[in-house]
Amino acid sequence: MRGEDGHQRTYGPIVRPYTITGGRTRTTLQELELETLVSTTSLGQVELPRLNMERREIAALCRDILSVAEVSARLSVTLGVARVLVGDMAEEGLVQVHRPASQNNSSDIALLERVLYGLRAL
Amino acid sequence: MASARSEPPVAPKAVKIVVAGGFGVGKTTLVGAVSEITPLSTEAVMTAASVGIDDLSKLPNKSTTTVAMDFGRISLEEDLILYLFGTPGQDRFWFMWDELIRGAIGAVVLVDSRRLKDCFGAVDYFEQREVPFVVAINLFDGVLRHKAEDVREALAIPSEVPIIMCDARERDSVKNALVDLVEHALVRTVAAL
Repeated sequence: MRGEDGHQRTYGPIVRPYTITGGRTRTTLQELELETLVSTTSLGQVELPRLNMERREIAALCRDILSVAEVSARLSVTLGVARVLVGDMAEEGLVQVHRPASQNNSSDIALLERVLYGLRAL
Repeated sequence: MASARSEPPVAPKAVKIVVAGGFGVGKTTLVGAVSEITPLSTEAVMTAASVGIDDLSKLPNKSTTTVAMDFGRISLEEDLILYLFGTPGQDRFWFMWDELIRGAIGAVVLVDSRRLKDCFGAVDYFEQREVPFVVAINLFDGVLRHKAEDVREALAIPSEVPIIMCDARERDSVKNALVDLVEHALVRTVAAL
């Protein structure tokens, strides 16, 4: 899939995005939703000074809970790169991921009511 | 926040609403009107792997392209965060819409009544996938140029789908549009039980 880039126009960062992830494009936590929340664990806090650039930045940013989309935007990396980095860090216990609630069943009614209440209170 | 904190006691939850509509209709303005953060942008790289060979043929001379999505965030409770995602400007990036709509509460289709056809694609998309949506007619300069029922007829919007007026620049107006959408989604969820 990546072999046919004879006509590819390059723009954006000079460093190929997948250099950052060590060439991996998949992780067992692949398909993390855009709104999956990420929070740094106690282990992540402890390990933070020893982490390399992007991972350290994620561990620092996610002391406050952020979504995968926010990680991508704040680090200026593509969504795919953010997913791989976060997925790997989750596997190593450096961050915890909170997948979004599934929709379309009866437990959603309570959640939708909370959202409605929260929006009205804005 | 720099204080030492262990894992949150309650698992935080994220929910998502998609904001769709034609290019330049005011999606990012709408997101920015209610977001607690300045809208951010995330980029996804589209490759043959993500769209399939057929769709890639629509991108002459390119094996990859980048799709940008603007989004905002509203903390509804300490452990409940609502994200608002704008759809990419170009309708051809449908694969990205699938990603955006996965698990979403529903969608607000923002309409410029002078350019109704720009939202046909979005309306069709949400109808086909049975995603709850409301149609919000953007009041540019506070002026309503068409009646809601005329827009309903023009877009062939079913009677149960709310059509509302909205000023994408006004926080309260946008908030009301989101409330209408969630109410609509709630009614549909209850009805489906």
